[in-house]
Amino acid sequence: MSIVSTALASLTPFSWNPIDDLQTIFQYAFMRNAFAAGTVVAIVAGIVGYFVVLRNLSFAGHSLSHSGFAGATAAVVIGASPVSGLLVFTIGSALIMGALGKRLHGRDVIVGVVLAWTLGLGIFFLSLYSGYANQAYSILFGQILGISQNDVQVTFFTSVATLLAIILIYRPLLFASLDEEIAESRGIPTRLVGIIFLIIVALAVSAATQVVGVLLIFSLLVTPAAIAERLSTHPPMVILLSVLLAIIFTWVGLLIAFYFPYPVSFFITSFAFLAYMTVRVLPVTQEGTITLAFRTRDTPHGLKPSRF
Amino acid sequence: MINAQDVQNIQQHIYSDSKGIGDSRAAIITAHEVAVRLGNRTIWRGGTFNIRSGEFVTVVGPNGTGKSTLLRLLLGLLFPSEGHIEVFGQAPQRGNSLIGYVPQRRTLDPDLMVRARDFVAMGIDGHKWGIPLPFVSKQHHRTLVQEALDAVGATAYADRAIGRLSGGEQQRLLLAQALLGQPRLLLLDEPLASLDLQKQNTIAQLVAQVARERDIAVLLVSHDVNPLLPFTERVLYVAQGQIAIGKPDEIITTEHLTQMYDAPIEVMRDSRGRVLVFGLESAIPESGGRDKSR
Repeated sequence: MSIVSTALASLTPFSWNPIDDLQTIFQYAFMRNAFAAGTVVAIVAGIVGYFVVLRNLSFAGHSLSHSGFAGATAAVVIGASPVSGLLVFTIGSALIMGALGKRLHGRDVIVGVVLAWTLGLGIFFLSLYSGYANQAYSILFGQILGISQNDVQVTFFTSVATLLAIILIYRPLLFASLDEEIAESRGIPTRLVGIIFLIIVALAVSAATQVVGVLLIFSLLVTPAAIAERLSTHPPMVILLSVLLAIIFTWVGLLIAFYFPYPVSFFITSFAFLAYMTVRVLPVTQEGTITLAFRTRDTPHGLKPSRF
Repeated sequence: MINAQDVQNIQQHIYSDSKGIGDSRAAIITAHEVAVRLGNRTIWRGGTFNIRSGEFVTVVGPNGTGKSTLLRLLLGLLFPSEGHIEVFGQAPQRGNSLIGYVPQRRTLDPDLMVRARDFVAMGIDGHKWGIPLPFVSKQHHRTLVQEALDAVGATAYADRAIGRLSGGEQQRLLLAQALLGQPRLLLLDEPLASLDLQKQNTIAQLVAQVARERDIAVLLVSHDVNPLLPFTERVLYVAQGQIAIGKPDEIITTEHLTQMYDAPIEVMRDSRGRVLVFGLESAIPESGGRDKSR
C-alpha cells in the first residue's frame, strides 16, 4: 500500500492523502484568501444567477461586466483600486439599464455596440499605464490567487449586502419574474424591484470578476443556475443546487490550479461547461427535470430527449 | 363535457336568486358616467353600472374596444378621465387583495421550469417582501395550495413544470393562484381565448362553480359570449365608445345593437339560445377584421 502511494506521490505533484494536501494548501495565506473570497463569491453568484437566468438577463449581466472592465481600468489610471472602479461603473450601468427598462427589450444590437465600445475604452485606459498589463490580465480573466486580504474583506462586505438585498426582495422578485402582469396587479412595484435587482447583479458581477474575471463571468453567474434548473423545479431547491454547484466548481478549480500552473478561471469554466453539457444531453421527464433513465420504450412517463 | 345536471343547478341558483334577492345584494362596484381616455382617444364613455356581490357578469364586445381597459380601471392601473368609480367602497387601488386577476395570455413561456404547485403558491404570499419564515405556517400553506388545486381540478399535473402544460391546464392553475388570495371579486381577461370549444365550456363552468361556492363576484371578459350564456347573469357590452349593462336577452338584441352601433345589425338565436351577431364588419370603423360576437 505504501509502495503504491509513494509511487503515485512521486508521479503527481500532490500526495494522495487528502488531509495532507489540504494542510499544505492552507499553509499559504494567498490560498486561504482565495478560498474565502471564492466561496463567498460562489454563494452570491449562485443565488443571483438563478434570477439572472429566470429573467433572461444573461446578456445584461455580460454587459455589466464589460462596463465594469472600463471602470476598473479607469480606476487604475487615476490610482484608485480596480474594485472601486468596477463597482462604480457596474452600478451606474445597472441604473441606466433600469431606467431604460422595456425600451431595451430586443435591442441587443445597440447594447452589443455599446459593449464593444466600453471594452475598447478599457483597453485605451490600460494603454495610458504601460506597466499595468498584469492588472489588465487579472481584471479580464480573474486573479483570485493574487487577491489581497483587503480585497477579501471588501468582497465579503459587498457580498453580505447583496445577500441581504436579495433576501429582502426575494418573494416579489420571484413573482415579478414569473408573471409580471399578475405581480403588478397584486401591488408589487415591479419596475422598482427590477431596478434593485439590476443593482444586485452589478454587485454580484463586481464580486465574481475578482474570481473569474470580466470575460468569464458566465461560468459563475449563469452556468451553475442553468444546470440547477434542470435538476429541480422547486425554486428554493434550484437556488440551493445553484449555490452548491458554484462552490464545487470554484473549489475544484482552485485546488487544481494550486498544483498545475494554469489559470484558475480556465478550470472553473471547464468544469462548469462539462457539467452543463452533461445535463443538457440527458433526457427530461414530464416534471421538467433530468433523469438517468435512458430507455424511452418501457418508462411510464414517456421520456423525451432534451431539446438542443 | 358539461354535466347537464351541474348546469341546471347553477342556472337555478342564478335565476332564483336574481328574481328574489337580486337587488338586495351589496354593490361592490359602482360606476357613474365613467369615461376612459388614452391620449386623445376616448375608449369609452358614459359608463354607469353597478356590479353586485357574488354576481357573474360577462364583459362582451368586439376586440380592441376597451374590455381590458375596464379591467385595468378596476385594478387601479388606469384612472377615469371623467366620472366616478368605486370598488368595494373605495377608489380603485393597485394591489387590492379583494380582487383576483387572471390576465389575458397566449401561453406561459415554455421554458418556465417552475413547478406548477410553486407557481400557484405565490398566490398566498408572493406579493409580500422578504422570504417566507422557514417553519411557520408552511404546512398550512401547503394545505391551502392543495385545496385550491383540487378546486380547479389541477391536482394531476401540480408537480409538473408549468411551462410544459397546455393552455387549458395553465388557465386552471392561474385560477387556483387567484383564488388563493381569497378574493371577493375575480377579474378574468379572455380566459377562453385559444382554447378549443370543449375546453371553453369546461373552464366556463369551472369558474362559475368555484365562484358560486365561494360567493365571489366574477367579471369575465370574452369576445364570445356563447360558452358563458348558461352562467352569466348580466352582460356588460362594450362597443363604439359606449358601455351598456343588462341581461343577455336585453342587451344582445337586434334593436339594441343596431342602436348602439348606429348600423344595421342582426342578432339571431338558435334553438339552444346561443347568439349569432351579423353586420359587425361594416359597422366597426377601424380596419382589422374583428370577429363577430357569436
